[in-house]
Amino acid sequence: MSSVLYDEPGPRTRRLIQVGTVAGALVLAGVAAFVLVQFSSRGLFDADRWDIFVERTDVWEFLGRGLLATLQAAATGAVLAGVLAVVLAVLRMSRNGFVRRTTAVVIELFRGLPVVLLMLAGALLLPVSLFWAVVIGLTIYNAAVMGEILRAGILSLPKGQTEAAYAIGLTHFQTLRMILLPQAVRQMLPSLVSQLVVLLKDTSLGYIVGYLELLRSVQNLRDFFGNRYLFSVFFVAAAIYITVNFLVSRLAVLTERVLSRSRSGGGGDVAPVNLDEGTRDGGVDTRGGSAPTATSQSRSPGTRERQ
Amino acid sequence: MDAIIDNADLYWEGFTTTLSLAVVSGALALVLGTVLGAFRVSPIPPLRLAGAWYVETVRNTPLTVVFFFTVFVMPQVGIQVPFYSSAVVALTVYTAAFVCEAVRSGVNSVGVGQAEAARSIGLTFGQSLRHIILPQAFRTVIPPLINIFIALTKNTSVAGGFFVAELFNVGRRLSNSLSDQVPWVLLGVALFYLLITIPAGVLAGWAERKAAFAR
Repeated sequence: MSSVLYDEPGPRTRRLIQVGTVAGALVLAGVAAFVLVQFSSRGLFDADRWDIFVERTDVWEFLGRGLLATLQAAATGAVLAGVLAVVLAVLRMSRNGFVRRTTAVVIELFRGLPVVLLMLAGALLLPVSLFWAVVIGLTIYNAAVMGEILRAGILSLPKGQTEAAYAIGLTHFQTLRMILLPQAVRQMLPSLVSQLVVLLKDTSLGYIVGYLELLRSVQNLRDFFGNRYLFSVFFVAAAIYITVNFLVSRLAVLTERVLSRSRSGGGGDVAPVNLDEGTRDGGVDTRGGSAPTATSQSRSPGTRERQ
Repeated sequence: MDAIIDNADLYWEGFTTTLSLAVVSGALALVLGTVLGAFRVSPIPPLRLAGAWYVETVRNTPLTVVFFFTVFVMPQVGIQVPFYSSAVVALTVYTAAFVCEAVRSGVNSVGVGQAEAARSIGLTFGQSLRHIILPQAFRTVIPPLINIFIALTKNTSVAGGFFVAELFNVGRRLSNSLSDQVPWVLLGVALFYLLITIPAGVLAGWAERKAAFAR
């Protein structure tokens, strides 16, 4: 396993690594043990803090409803954001300079604002339910981000695609709709799926504006059953969140893998670093739900194919 | 418009709190994230595993859930700190995962050939790190780090939902008391956020173009 930092280790280094492995494992196990002892000495693992999950099935029902509310808001927001993102990307690439610049300003403004502020604005300024306030916040922010992802995808396509489209007489709009956008969506699918993880995570901001989602259900359960059950209820809810998000993250990795396999017959990579191992860093870059870097990744030079 | 001018001091207080949250947690996350990034590229398997586990878990946990933990659950374990410190811990823990990934992909983006050439001309590990690998890694890491800082600035708004008097919190309180001027109040809050995020975004774009030319 050759790496940038070190070569194939020799006998002496292998021994050092073995020592490091044992020492590292011991330190980590020590830290984990310390935390567990601290938790259990405060009785967090006692049966009387967990019994509601066995005795009261309605706790599960309540958490389930919270999860459903989370998923509903996320799904609605994702669909609307996807549609709006395409519109923004098209306007952002318009041949009319005024439209193009206005869209750019709008995108920059909404990308620069916290999602929870947009949710609050929706809740206070519009005559809608909290569900829609959350969805509106999610939609506006993610449409701006996804619009930029799509634009990066369009810009990364070979020029020949546009030229060929114009050559056979397609208009600017037709070229975008029939030639460029479908390819850009395909190209950027991993980044778009990663953005879905961000969107799903941001649904929990609904907690702050008072929408009854999974985290808000945790608080309501605490108010009902008392502080004693806070840890166990929170633990279960966090596990649910992590599981769901992890599954969507895997989906992003999977699409990335499927796409890179079907594309592997394509042209040479321009990146100087990865002639032989084409996806060495391109492959890991877009993995998972990395919120803040999603756009910079998609713009990072050299990891995409260019003929 | 009066809503903003009349409450300028409140806005200013919220703005400085937001900024200090972003800077303090940003600096701490940079340290923690770099250590974790070093874990992830180290040759020692348990450290690599620990780093990977941290990143996967934290990245798949909503920030609001992290905040809930530091503000409501940690006191149950006997760790009682002011809300501001809870917010700093939550933001640091969350942001460190993204810093870690930026650092790791920055190191990995340096061509293996560069390091092999450095070793083949007889540079030691420290020398090749200092002269060859880190300068190149830095170039690719800076733009994503600025983007992480932008995200962090926006994320400080979550602290407002957990009893820290930053911008979002100020905005919410003012829109309760001045219910007839809500659009102005929120516009003021938005402008203060953009005051940080837009210049940082411009900086990130500039740094990215610089890095792209260097390749």
